[in-house]
Amino acid sequence: MLCSGLTGNCRCIRALFQVSVNRTALELKLSERPPFGGGAGLFGRCHVTEKSQPESGYISRRFIQERREVTEGQMKLYITDGNPHCIKVLASLELNGVKCDIEAVSHEEKAVVHFSHPLFPVLLLPDGQHLFSPNSICQYLFDISGQKATDATNQWLEWEATNLQPAVLQSLHMVALQGKRVEAAAVMKEPLNWLEQSLSKKNTPFLAAEAVSVADVVLWAALYPLLSDSGFDAGELRSVRGWFERVGGLEACQTAAQRVLQGKGVEALKTFLQKQPATQTQRRDSPTNANEAEDGEHVMTMEEIEEAAQVWSEGLKSSPAVTERKHPILPQEGKRNVLLTSALPYVNNVPHLGNIIGCVLSADVFARYGRLRGWNLLFICGTDEYGTATENKAREEGLTPQEICDKYHAVHADIYQWFQIDFDFFGRTTTEQQTEIAQDIFWRLHERGFLLEDTVEQLRCDSCQRFLADRFVEGECPHCRYPEARGDQCDKCGRLINAVELRNPQCKVCKETPVIRSSKHLFLDLPKLEDELEQWLDKSTGSGDWTTNARHITRSWLRDGLKPRCITRDLRWGTPVPHEEYKEKVFYVWFDAPIGYLSITANYTDQWEKWWKNPQQVELYNFMAKDNVPFHSVVFPCSLLGAQDNYTLVNHLIATEYLNYEDTKFSKSRGVGVFGDMAKDTGIPSDVWRFYLLYLRPEGQDSAFSWSDMALKNNSELLNNLGNFINRAGMFVSKFFDGCVPEMLLNEDDKRLIAQVRWELKQYIQLLDKVRIRDALKCILNISRHGNQYIQVNEPWKKIKGGDGDRQRAGTVTGVSVNVACLLSAVLEPYMPSVSHTIRQQLQAPPTSVSTMLQNTGIFICTLPAGHRIGTVSPLFQKLEIEQIEVLRKRFGGQQPEEESAKAKTRVETKPSAAAVNVNAVPERAKQLTALVAEQGNKVRGLKAQKAEKSVIDKEVETLLDLKKQLSLAECKNPEPAAQKGKKK
Amino acid sequence: MALRELSSLEKFLGLKKPNKYSTQGGKKVPVLQNNNGPALIGLVTIASHLVREAKRPELLGDRAERRAVVQQWLEHRVTRLDNCSKEEVKVILKDLNQYLEDKVYLAGNVFTLADILMYYGIHHIVMELAVQEKERYLNITRWFDHIQHYPGVRHHLPPVAVLRNRVYPSGHH
Repeated sequence: MLCSGLTGNCRCIRALFQVSVNRTALELKLSERPPFGGGAGLFGRCHVTEKSQPESGYISRRFIQERREVTEGQMKLYITDGNPHCIKVLASLELNGVKCDIEAVSHEEKAVVHFSHPLFPVLLLPDGQHLFSPNSICQYLFDISGQKATDATNQWLEWEATNLQPAVLQSLHMVALQGKRVEAAAVMKEPLNWLEQSLSKKNTPFLAAEAVSVADVVLWAALYPLLSDSGFDAGELRSVRGWFERVGGLEACQTAAQRVLQGKGVEALKTFLQKQPATQTQRRDSPTNANEAEDGEHVMTMEEIEEAAQVWSEGLKSSPAVTERKHPILPQEGKRNVLLTSALPYVNNVPHLGNIIGCVLSADVFARYGRLRGWNLLFICGTDEYGTATENKAREEGLTPQEICDKYHAVHADIYQWFQIDFDFFGRTTTEQQTEIAQDIFWRLHERGFLLEDTVEQLRCDSCQRFLADRFVEGECPHCRYPEARGDQCDKCGRLINAVELRNPQCKVCKETPVIRSSKHLFLDLPKLEDELEQWLDKSTGSGDWTTNARHITRSWLRDGLKPRCITRDLRWGTPVPHEEYKEKVFYVWFDAPIGYLSITANYTDQWEKWWKNPQQVELYNFMAKDNVPFHSVVFPCSLLGAQDNYTLVNHLIATEYLNYEDTKFSKSRGVGVFGDMAKDTGIPSDVWRFYLLYLRPEGQDSAFSWSDMALKNNSELLNNLGNFINRAGMFVSKFFDGCVPEMLLNEDDKRLIAQVRWELKQYIQLLDKVRIRDALKCILNISRHGNQYIQVNEPWKKIKGGDGDRQRAGTVTGVSVNVACLLSAVLEPYMPSVSHTIRQQLQAPPTSVSTMLQNTGIFICTLPAGHRIGTVSPLFQKLEIEQIEVLRKRFGGQQPEEESAKAKTRVETKPSAAAVNVNAVPERAKQLTALVAEQGNKVRGLKAQKAEKSVIDKEVETLLDLKKQLSLAECKNPEPAAQKGKKK
Repeated sequence: MALRELSSLEKFLGLKKPNKYSTQGGKKVPVLQNNNGPALIGLVTIASHLVREAKRPELLGDRAERRAVVQQWLEHRVTRLDNCSKEEVKVILKDLNQYLEDKVYLAGNVFTLADILMYYGIHHIVMELAVQEKERYLNITRWFDHIQHYPGVRHHLPPVAVLRNRVYPSGHH
């Protein structure tokens, strides 16, 4: 075996795709191949290339292609060890005596560049194309030897690929990895019986003819690993056995099997099977489930339909009275008591859409849903106000930090109010309660020995005369080398950093290089609390709903091991450290900020401890963007655990991914993106904003805000689907039945619709219970889609003009539809509160209808019975015109110089970066420069488009770069790292 | 579904007498009842048979290399594209998009049966793509638009609108 020595020779095959004209291979000509089936074993002769020998490095693709025409006959086969698909290919090669280079490569290599996953075997054809399907390779090898495909061989090959192969892979998986030979045999039963039947009907020794064909080799090779396994009981299959032995008797087949399995049987395939994606080996398990998930169409049984109709007809009877919210809300015995927090937005920045969807809006939907479900729920949020950024901003604006906080707290409150975020209390962290509670936790930790004292080296900027905390220093990340890492965390790799570890640190204010000074600080002894934390985490993540990213981030934190974390800072604007030796210092914002949840609750009610020191009765949900996870799952719980005061710890941690803006990031400094205060100036209603943001809530993966997509979703989903349905249902009642819901006599169609709607409602509840906010929104849209179809098929507007029977039918369809509309108002409440309210007003729906239908697993009932009088119906949504959207896109798109657009997606931060704050330093100059940069950018683009001379373009580009540099300086950004960032992606 | 596809293919090939088909099993595999021989089973098998019957062998490839490539994409259609899960769709689209980067048709520069069956098979997926996704899979969109406008191919399928100018300034990340 000449080839075997090459296993693990991990050469980049990608390069081969581009060039690799191999001299040895060049000499091979197809004409040299021996007659069919004859000659000595191929492997004795095969040419093994040790290394590709490109003639002159990388030649242009076109050249290679021409070249290949000339060098016909060059062919190369890539195989991997222990790969069952290689058996058939090697056997075909040998049987047809085709000469070809063979190279054994490792499982991870990619021979075909356009595939995301490595795929083997691969045959590089003389014309430079790749064959990646084993059956096509075999067919090709037979084809060039004069055996063309026939209907019969085609049929066997197709059957092998679609029926036999999935069963074989699943079966091999069971035998080799799970030792389940009995189950494996069961999987093979059906295809083997089919083969047995087909063979027994034939009187030829082989599948398609008197002689061996490609079909025999392909099927034999597929079955060989299983049928040659002594422990595998295939059952009584006389014809199959006979045929199997005939094919296996061919020398080519034996050699190929030996080459791949090395006499180790199925064992040899273990590595290969482990690497197979589960979907490929297990697809046969649940074809129906996959289909069901795909088209979202639920197949209903008759019982289900009847039950749905039954429940529906019962109508609103013993519905609970609507309970008014009475403050203060406190935990109650026998109720589900839910405490819900949204990450505290940093006060001194206007939140953008990413911040809004990341925490407050998501939390609001869940809070509204919870209240409708009858939970006893308290939704708390507030602004996080301490920290250097505030101090600095105050200096800039000539105000005190407290005045700055007052000013921006109001800005936040206004924005959230416009977005209809229904907090029970929206507070702030700069309160007496904050000081009291933070200091209490501090002393408890201190008394219990969970605080360590240490001297730390800290960066101090001599020209600014202060220690550079957190985000006031920037430099290269010591872990991933990202050039713009902040002093506490790297935006790129997400790891936490000690500012002194930064390479090439710079003061963000004056750009001077800071010096290292030492200063005494207090640390929270996380390693000492680690065991207790892990115990608690096991419990919380085991029983609660933690999003996958939250689990993942937490796990990776623990895996890296916890280190003591500094809780003090050399600043003034913060909660003072009460300890005598540290009286000049304040608490580090991440020790302090989460305590804000407690102190804000304490500002809401003096009985706050009933929520926060009551884990027996209270369930705590934390909403945030993923960068906040470690502080909520590790650092803050450690503070509370160490304080040993029976604190309520998080049960459900809900973290979103990031929202991008169009193809770039939100950037205050460049004026890119929509910020909270601007949303209302767009003229687009708050509910539509809510809808679109929730529709693309970064649940599970990042998503991107896009203007044209927003218009599309508004026009297709809201206007044409949801709005259209509700409006039509209401209009039919008004126009055809004088505003009174008509009599409804349900037939099968109506019952089916009711069952479909009920099923979607149940899905909606299941999903929202698990905080799958975006997915649940799809259920709402499905309900109105079903409704539209129902109206479309039944055509009440035509039937109303018909005879009595038709008129009756029109009445039923209208009545059922308007009741579906009423259900829609209920399920919409968490998402689009105003629209939901408007629908109920238009339909004059009874106030209890909403909460009644959202009880238990969801109850779809007839809430608007025959005779119910509805109000005036009017359209709910307006079309967003393309022109209007274009204007908005331009307005919020900022002036992006061409090199900067299209740059990698950069995420939205929950906390503002100091750069965004600093721009206000020289806003006028920056604005002018931004305009100049844009103008110059257009000029350059114009020249490039006209294909102007290079020297002319270069000159203008230089001017552009210079302008950009000035702009960067005006924005207090260092132009150099920005340029590096550009190159990075 | 597969039967409508085969009937569209027959029309494209200009076969005068429509064949008789039935289906087999839960997956509704098409079966061609043949008067002068055993029944043929499977979409690829039947489609290839029809092409030969119509005397259009070039649609299966005019030389061995091309025949193999056509064969491979036909197989890809029935093994990977049909009944694939939602997660797989993304991978399939990504890979196909990359494959088509430097090709007009699946088999390079000539139109073949592979284009027809891949088009039929991928239609429902492309139909569902948002404008932004269509731009992300630009090469697929281009190929798809090309095939749906290829004379006589589309038949039973609704046309999918393809924007000529990009909506998203730089769709690929």
